[in-house]
Amino acid sequence: MIRLDGVTKQYPDGTVAVDDLSLTAPDRAITVLVGPSGCGKTTTLRMINRMIEPTSGSVTIDGQDVLAMDAAQLRRGIGYVIQHGGLFPHHTVERNVAAVPLLLGTPKKQAITRARELLELVGLDPALGRRYPSQLSGGQQQRVGVARALAADPPVMLMDEPFSAVDPVVREQLQDEFLRLQGELGKTIVMVTHDIDEAIKLGDHVAVLQVGGRIAQLARPAELLAHPADNFVADFLGRDRGYRALGFDSARVPLHDEPTVSLGATVSEAAARAGSDGWVLVVDDRRHPQGWARPADLPGEGSIDERALALGGTLARVDGPLRLVLDAALSSPSRRGVVIDGDGALAGTCRATEVLSVIETRERPSDPGDPISHPAS
Amino acid sequence: MSWILDHLDDIVSLTLRHTWLAGVPLVIGLLISLPLGWLANRHRRLRGAVIVGAGLLYTIPSLALFVLMPLLLGTGILDPINVVVAMTIYTIALLVRSVVDGLGSVPDEVARSATAMGYTPVRRFFGVDLPLAVPVIAAGLRVAAVSNVSIVSIASLIGVNQLGDLLVDGYNRAIGGELVAGILGCVLLALVLDLAIRLLERALTPWRRAGQGGAA
Repeated sequence: MIRLDGVTKQYPDGTVAVDDLSLTAPDRAITVLVGPSGCGKTTTLRMINRMIEPTSGSVTIDGQDVLAMDAAQLRRGIGYVIQHGGLFPHHTVERNVAAVPLLLGTPKKQAITRARELLELVGLDPALGRRYPSQLSGGQQQRVGVARALAADPPVMLMDEPFSAVDPVVREQLQDEFLRLQGELGKTIVMVTHDIDEAIKLGDHVAVLQVGGRIAQLARPAELLAHPADNFVADFLGRDRGYRALGFDSARVPLHDEPTVSLGATVSEAAARAGSDGWVLVVDDRRHPQGWARPADLPGEGSIDERALALGGTLARVDGPLRLVLDAALSSPSRRGVVIDGDGALAGTCRATEVLSVIETRERPSDPGDPISHPAS
Repeated sequence: MSWILDHLDDIVSLTLRHTWLAGVPLVIGLLISLPLGWLANRHRRLRGAVIVGAGLLYTIPSLALFVLMPLLLGTGILDPINVVVAMTIYTIALLVRSVVDGLGSVPDEVARSATAMGYTPVRRFFGVDLPLAVPVIAAGLRVAAVSNVSIVSIASLIGVNQLGDLLVDGYNRAIGGELVAGILGCVLLALVLDLAIRLLERALTPWRRAGQGGAA
């Protein structure tokens, strides 16, 4: 557990970057500090590993006062990830990953072997270990940065805008994999970002900071979206709050059986199974949905191949959040949202109105005053 | 040409002395410039003073510096140590700036992540900052090497022997071959030192030859 207690950072010129901030980052959870530039989020993060010394207040990790520890020793026990990975350009990728174990005195051979395992863990080919960082793409460098932070298996990790230097598609992918990794490893993580969507997606707890280094609100993402503490937080959260909050609600939606045809079936077969709107769902031999087809638009003698498919619809999982189920319905050419089971096979379809009916019956997330909020300071 | 062939032994021994008088100060100067540059890079105020001071040192005429040395060091007038110390001062004058620039060229996020990972300042200097500064420092070293080879030849005027002797003697006695030998010797020596530094730099920076790019 990382605990900041009444932490203040004031620079000699009088600027207050962080003002009497108290925050607890619980074990095995991701605590995200989010806020506009100048809100002191990075300063706060750097006070945890003493890159910046607080003017007053205390910072403890598992009850140990970090200010009483040797700075270099302290930092070797804390994983650190920054934008672009901050990799050493003059070391090979595996030597980069092995950096902290080598500082801790691990024999070189052992450290390099471990580095290769870590590259695999973050989804990289261990053969990339022999290359230099400049030979990797931005996304790959970012993965190496995460592998490097994990190398000495620290219980605590600090991440400073770890995914903001890559394009949106890669970012999404890295975020998903990071969540999967965290599910396995259960590190105690404090992360800084300026991107509220990233904060809501990744954070178990989200602290919204405002300029001057004060916490405007600390809450779980769903509670943040449902009950912004003030106008600043509400503005910072931005639009679509109601819709985005559905991302945290996994209520089941009643499903209908959907007639299907297999890829390769004839158009007339497909026409026989199509619903009254003319659309039919096409699946492969494992019943994985492939797309929708409208036989009436296809030449009569042909068969249903990939070119015949309308691909606009998204897929939602049975146990997935309502946001994705609703999106599946809204994006579907037939207006019937395709829902799949854990293996990717078709579970059934549902309509947007049915999702909305479920939403109507749901209570709004709990009111503020939840146990993780600190008293206003 | 015949003069050169007749005096090959002399030319070789003068060249060796020239190499020693230009090369040893290069190494000593580098060793002194590294900590000086490191300090200057860390302290903003010191940085300006060191860079301006180093620039001024280089403007002192070499002959004056050679003549001053025995007074400052208490050495004999003909002692080659005078030349070595004076040349070291010139080397520092040129190199400190390169060291400061080289250390300053280390990307912030790289330096910061090294500190955040638990590198101590000393370990960071030798493990991260210095290796990354090698290209800039090597460029400065090449300038200093060529400058040293050229300036050392002035030492003939204070009686310290090296290739400059051929220039002075060849001029006084109007021996063309001897002048050519002196000039060629200096130029070749400068080229050899330059090449040596480039090879050393290459060996120290394998990462710079790695190709760019890669699959996403």
